[in-house]
Amino acid sequence: MKQRHLLGCRGAGGRRRFTTSVLAAAFAVAAAAPALATGAAGAAPRVHKGLKGTVLIGASVSLSGDFSATGTTTKEGYQVFQQWINTHGGMDGKKVVFKFLSDGSSPTQVTTNYQKLITVTHVNFVVGPYSTLLTKPASVVANRYGQALVEGIGGGPSVFAAGLHNVFDVSASAAYQGITYAKWIAKTYKPQPVAFAAITTPFSEPIVTGIRKYLLARHFTAPVFKVYPLETSDWTPIASAIEATHAKIVALATQPPDGNAFIQDFASAGYNPTTLFEVSGPDQGQGFVKAVGKQNTTGVMWPNTWYPGAAEGPVNKQMETIAEHMLHVKLSGLSANIAEAFSAAQVLAEAVNHVKSLTNAKVMSYLRKGHFTSVQGAVCFLPTGQNKCAQPFVFQWQHGNQVAVLPPTKPGVTKIMNPKPHWGQSKY
Amino acid sequence: MLVVQGIIDGILAGGLYALMGSGLTLVFGVMEVINFAQGIIVILGAYLTYVFATHIGVDPFVTLLITIPIMFALGYGVYMLLLRPIKRDRVIMSLLVMYAVAVVIEGCLDLVFGGTLVQVSTPYATSSIHVGSLVFPDIYLMAFGLSAVLLGVLYVILYRTKFGRSLRATTQNTTAAKLVGIDVDRVSATTLGIGVGLGAAGGMLYGMTASFNAASSYDLISRLLVIVILGGFGSVWGAMAAAIIMLVIEDVISVVWSPVWGQTIFYLVLAAVLLFRPQGLFGRRMARAQ
Repeated sequence: MKQRHLLGCRGAGGRRRFTTSVLAAAFAVAAAAPALATGAAGAAPRVHKGLKGTVLIGASVSLSGDFSATGTTTKEGYQVFQQWINTHGGMDGKKVVFKFLSDGSSPTQVTTNYQKLITVTHVNFVVGPYSTLLTKPASVVANRYGQALVEGIGGGPSVFAAGLHNVFDVSASAAYQGITYAKWIAKTYKPQPVAFAAITTPFSEPIVTGIRKYLLARHFTAPVFKVYPLETSDWTPIASAIEATHAKIVALATQPPDGNAFIQDFASAGYNPTTLFEVSGPDQGQGFVKAVGKQNTTGVMWPNTWYPGAAEGPVNKQMETIAEHMLHVKLSGLSANIAEAFSAAQVLAEAVNHVKSLTNAKVMSYLRKGHFTSVQGAVCFLPTGQNKCAQPFVFQWQHGNQVAVLPPTKPGVTKIMNPKPHWGQSKY
Repeated sequence: MLVVQGIIDGILAGGLYALMGSGLTLVFGVMEVINFAQGIIVILGAYLTYVFATHIGVDPFVTLLITIPIMFALGYGVYMLLLRPIKRDRVIMSLLVMYAVAVVIEGCLDLVFGGTLVQVSTPYATSSIHVGSLVFPDIYLMAFGLSAVLLGVLYVILYRTKFGRSLRATTQNTTAAKLVGIDVDRVSATTLGIGVGLGAAGGMLYGMTASFNAASSYDLISRLLVIVILGGFGSVWGAMAAAIIMLVIEDVISVVWSPVWGQTIFYLVLAAVLLFRPQGLFGRRMARAQ
């Protein structure tokens, strides 16, 4: 009876309070989860503004959303740089600390993050996020506050079309990245059908569009050019359309999920092009191997400005060693994003150490006229921010290793494997 | 022939999406709860399969013997701990709770696995049956077969068991079901358990056909919701029909024209259907006598 009495008197209110408590608890955990995730993904120490003897560098990174895979490796690149620079004299003699904010792959959040980094956290410098999509709003915010934005993974034409003079892309720009491959195709193959497909991202699509334009001008044909939205999650029909052309040459502007899916679809259908070029996916190191299987990696090509074991000087070797220990991966498993992010911070550090100042205006002035050396190679900038000294490589998976195969004139490149072996028939 | 291949691709992929969407529509049918966590539940199922298949070496299909009970328990527990106590504004509050559950699971998956894309590797992931110039990927045939079997089992549970009668009675009228002695909470918890368990099976298949990370759930849930809306909330067969219709339309237009237009035209078809049947193809009429 006592229990019944309690329920009778307090039931409604009690239930309401209980419901409210359940919801409050659920949302408290929900709110905490992303923070927990962020905290786990990065080990950046908390730094308060005004900390003497420290150079604070801010970056927005995508730890969730569409770019979470590549956003994470971008962050790792900056973390590797932080460890490297602090054992090599720091920046302007000061210790370097990175401050990361997660953007969920959202351009809106990127804007908020860079504003917060500059106006609330008072970072000394900002470096770029992952992707052209996110670099564009980041560059606008940085420009508004007179800050340089040195970046290595946002080279789509739209970033430079804005005409801002605070953007410095240390990698090869998108429109230029595929040209080495296009030249090799034109030199190696007679004019014939080439199958193209491109995801509608501002960095990937221009690479393949550039290749297509170059080859069409040399009497190659394009029986299929499928452009698909970023939200696509079923790539089989696009693969079917490509397979139906029986083209020996296939060039795809991909992100990792679709790049991996195309390989699985092609292998499943027994369609084995002589040469397969994907913009992103194969560059993800061990992630690519895990996704498509070791036996299906050999022969796949992609553009980039760095590869594990690149003969680009002692800093590259030091970066690789730190990354291997920090991330617990083998050399061949290192993502190119690590080198791209590292390069951005490295060039920034070179400029700061040269001008011996943390003033953005002085650093930008030197960035515009200086020549730099990054783990990706030579860097010097056009007025619009592209790296005019970059020499884009084409890479290829060969027996479980990523090797540079083009341009053939570059020292240290390996002989290209052409034609690529049939799916599943590669040896290790 | 390309059109026929597009139809085949659409039907086979549609079976997979039907399985992933069936849990969502079943839960709504019984509890009138839009399970916003279904996308991440599918991804959780994919990760569980990945762990067992990669680290223990169990065949992905065999992992279902482990993952379905685990996921069933998760669904049952979520209902008992988080949904059952809600007595007021149940629909909207349940929706918010399931959204919170989704965010928590996503955060946990990010913590454990990071953002790196993974895929469940199997020897049969890249084999296929060729009939003339038509290609039937083994993995999609298996996915379609498993979907058919599991949806068949679901049919037997719904229409040939005492629990199924209780579930259908609850679907039709919760108050009347209580009056005739049905333990509605137990039925609801079991239904959410089944829905989440189906997510485990869908996740296993999804993980073998695509690379995924926790963020993949956003694209998934948006597509699953569209499937359930077109098929009609609460109708398992509607989900199956809608998934196949959606994928066939998208795939045929993608192969013969453009993937961009594939999605656009599907949404035009969806809008046209909803104009004439707001409850979806197989859904119950939602309008109530005032």
